Amino acid sequence: MKASPSPGCGRSDLHPRVTVVAREPAARGTYVAPTRLPVRFGGLGAALPEQRVTNADLAKRVDTSDEWIVERTGIRERRVVAAGQGTSDLAVLAARAALTDAGLAAADIDTLLVTTCTPDQPLPSTASFVARALEVRCQSVDLVAACAGWVYGLVNAASMLSSGVSTTTLLVGAEVLSTWMDPADRTTLPLFGDGAAAAVLTGGTAAGPDSPGLISWDLGIDAEACDLLGVPAGGSRRPSSAATLADGGHYMKMQGQEVFRRAVRAVEASCRKVLGAGGVGAADIALFVPHQANARIVDAIVPRLGLSADQTMMNIERYGNTSAASIPLALCEAAAAGRVSDGDLVLVAGFGAGMTWGTALLRWGYDGSGPSSPRTLPADL
Amino acid sequence: MDRNEAFAQLREAAVEVLHVDASAVTEDARFKEDLDADSLALIEFVMALEERFDISVPEEELDGVTRVGQALDLVMAKLPASA
Repeated sequence: MKASPSPGCGRSDLHPRVTVVAREPAARGTYVAPTRLPVRFGGLGAALPEQRVTNADLAKRVDTSDEWIVERTGIRERRVVAAGQGTSDLAVLAARAALTDAGLAAADIDTLLVTTCTPDQPLPSTASFVARALEVRCQSVDLVAACAGWVYGLVNAASMLSSGVSTTTLLVGAEVLSTWMDPADRTTLPLFGDGAAAAVLTGGTAAGPDSPGLISWDLGIDAEACDLLGVPAGGSRRPSSAATLADGGHYMKMQGQEVFRRAVRAVEASCRKVLGAGGVGAADIALFVPHQANARIVDAIVPRLGLSADQTMMNIERYGNTSAASIPLALCEAAAAGRVSDGDLVLVAGFGAGMTWGTALLRWGYDGSGPSSPRTLPADL
Repeated sequence: MDRNEAFAQLREAAVEVLHVDASAVTEDARFKEDLDADSLALIEFVMALEERFDISVPEEELDGVTRVGQALDLVMAKLPASA
């Protein structure tokens, strides 16, 4: 059987209340479901390692070329941390930038969510290291859903803000994927990079027809295919040992073509579901921020959804796939470039290992002073 | 569906997904050399076939498929005999 959902028969059901109001985008431009979970972006920030690795640099190490990589992925360069640097170093820089943009001190947040699949170390959580650096004692936790992690985090954060579990949440997406790359694997090496981005989220006003927040969302998993992408060793089943080191079990393995196929199908189906539930047509979307995994995946999805390249935020050429950091990093750059304004409808969609997906339709509400360019983590720090 | 009908459908899919002229899509055409389709383009093409013909083509069945005619064989083998 096909593991990826086809439109209309997806396996994950939307929030029941959202499903009730679902209707076909035939009502394009005439109906938008009221905001279900109010959430405002108090501030945005991003951080990147200083070191750039270009395709030409990679071509010196493995059998590849700039042309081959650009044609198949859209990636021209990626950022890579220096030895000894970890995910939390980037997370903290991005978090500080977001707090500054929001005009808040770290002490003002009462929830810290770090979405990452590349923790500093197996234990404790990366949130621990971020909390230590920010000197906060609030509830702090990692959330792991690979490249869909930040959207999972966004929906969970909005839910916590709506229920009163949190009033001010710092949601960070941060990854150091470069250290998981097999230096001899020409198929994965060009794809991934390091980076982080953060958002300060507040609950804002009560949900209403035009208030900022989540209108509809769809979080799900195609777990039958969870072996297609992963790091097989270093966990409880195959703990690190001389044997796992020798067979490269600590490196990321990916069956790229099958992931590609499932990504296109799952993201398309999920976006259709979310747009339908919101009563929104493709033309109503001001900004589509897809996970930046591979430009070819996005190129396949965008026309299927009736979206245009102009509506779509892409920055993969500069950063590669930064997993949980990719959507907030793209969102941050889009906001800095003035591509999104209060009241706009924004569609974010992530898909990755698991195979998890997360899609959310939101009405944009931003209270920051204006996101600055990503901060740089110096290589010699 | 007979082979001619299936081929017409397949050709439409190739024109749409691979951005080639219909005239270039012959049974002898090689995906890589003649239609300039790399591995991801081939996956996209197979996805289009799956949707058009309501069939499922696992990745391993694509091994050795280098020509349009072979893709057509694959489709024909999966179509219900009565259709």
